[in-house]
Amino acid sequence: MSGTVAGVEARMPIRSDLDLVWVRQHVRRAAAALGFGLVDQTKLVTAASELARNTLVYGGGGEMAAEHVRDGRAQGLRLTFSDRGPGIADPERALSDGYTSGGGLGLGLGGARRLVHDFSLDSTPGVGTTVTVTSWAVRSPRQREEPR
Amino acid sequence: MPEHETAAEQTTPASDVGRFLHRRREQIAQRWADEPLFRTVFTVSRDEAVEAGRVLVDALAQVAETGRVADTDAAGFTAVREQLTGMVASRARFGLTSGQVSTEVDGLRPPAVTLLAADLPEATPEHLRECTTLLTVLMGTLRLVVLETSLSEGQALIDRQQLELMEATTPVIRLWDGIVAVPLIGTLDSARSQVVMETLLESVVDQQARFAILDITGVPMVDSLVAQHLMKTVAAVRLMGAECVVSGIRPAIAQTIVHLGLDLGTVVTRSSLADALAYALKRLGADIVIAAPGGAGPR
Amino acid sequence: MNHDLSLSSAHVPVLRLGDVLLITLQGDLHDGTAEQLQRDIAEQIVRSPVTGVVIDISGVEIVDSFLGRVLAEIAASSRLLAAQTVVAGMRPAVAITLVELGLSLPGLRTALSTEAALGMLATASPGGPRREPR
Repeated sequence: MSGTVAGVEARMPIRSDLDLVWVRQHVRRAAAALGFGLVDQTKLVTAASELARNTLVYGGGGEMAAEHVRDGRAQGLRLTFSDRGPGIADPERALSDGYTSGGGLGLGLGGARRLVHDFSLDSTPGVGTTVTVTSWAVRSPRQREEPR
Repeated sequence: MPEHETAAEQTTPASDVGRFLHRRREQIAQRWADEPLFRTVFTVSRDEAVEAGRVLVDALAQVAETGRVADTDAAGFTAVREQLTGMVASRARFGLTSGQVSTEVDGLRPPAVTLLAADLPEATPEHLRECTTLLTVLMGTLRLVVLETSLSEGQALIDRQQLELMEATTPVIRLWDGIVAVPLIGTLDSARSQVVMETLLESVVDQQARFAILDITGVPMVDSLVAQHLMKTVAAVRLMGAECVVSGIRPAIAQTIVHLGLDLGTVVTRSSLADALAYALKRLGADIVIAAPGGAGPR
Repeated sequence: MNHDLSLSSAHVPVLRLGDVLLITLQGDLHDGTAEQLQRDIAEQIVRSPVTGVVIDISGVEIVDSFLGRVLAEIAASSRLLAAQTVVAGMRPAVAITLVELGLSLPGLRTALSTEAALGMLATASPGGPRREPR
């Protein structure tokens, strides 16, 4: 994942569905402050909501760290969701649409990946899961990575 | 860096310069406020210029203390990058080139160096020379940081203009009360599709349009990616409560779509923009009556 | 027309307009609130049948897969109780995001505005004023 960290913005606990509201509001404010357009803000907030809910429901709670990152002229927001839950045995499968171990639509991880510019998943069964996503405010017309 | 004899008292040129910057912060800021760079950027009040100068001195002191005087990515510089960006942008509005701004930044060096010499009367000539060199390197790095900032500002401007150009080449036309259309001309890549989708959806809201027509007559090639973008646009329009019609699918494109195995089954398609308009009008409850014989053929 | 403002749900009021339930969602919805709303709507329909449910989401800034699922479920369960659900006023940014997320909600009826939704229901319901476009 590219970009250098220009500052840690916040760490937020994810322990209840009320925390999801705070996470969404924080990400919205931070993205707006970095100059994200309305559509990109909405995409990132939605991705954060999906990932935070995963952390809560499957990871048994955890936290989100938000960082302001920079890559040349681009301003970005990097969000890291971490939990010490059961972990994901088969990350590739977890990222495919329709896969779910809970009651949802199974769009959480795969859907969130399509809403951000960079996505990485690191999970160890029995230890926990960390998902890191980054989106950039200055999205130049250069083609971004096409999700499969 | 060669160890110096006077370094016995545990001072290095870097720490000396750092201490100097802290000690003389106010004087340096005051002098800088009178230099062209600060004078022209902060026109409202001199206090503002002095305050900006103080912030910059603090940043340089921080860089000197960490010893990374030649590193444009040093933490101290990061802290003032935003301020520098603002200053550069302000000078650029006056029509100054990056080079000219850089020269103005260099104008900040002599006052600082003069103050340094006055601040270290006890120092041996060698130590003073080393400190001066170090300060000069530090100011040179600042100049690089500013240059970097102004170049990236230039790139950002180009990006913005490219985006504006894309928006300009994606006009949304109101064809009828409740019917909007985008005639797409040229290659449809990801970035452009995004702009098309956003502008079309905005106009659906603005016009409260029940029908949105995407005319792809002028799109030279439809590959699976383009088709995917079309489907996404159709789906988004539907979610907003309007209906999307794709028109202008030439025979060659129809074949490609079939070859790619793409299912456009749920998408309403028409061969021409006129047919799409007729479809939408009919759905809106309007009747089209051709009064003159011959009809509306291609001119 | 019988305007019965029911405050049975904790946060989202369900307004009864004749034989249509009108719900206006605003801002950022708590998961619990959305689930509560789902139960409230079903209860209301059972208590006194309606022909339509209009959910105005023009004030909603994000719809994630959870809220998307709640909306789809409201539509599905209302249909079982013989009521049509129309989701009205989705913002462009929300629509784009939902599509990118992979949630195109095919079973859900949508309208540009609450007025348009009420018009659709009036046209569709046999008892309502028929306004068949010719």
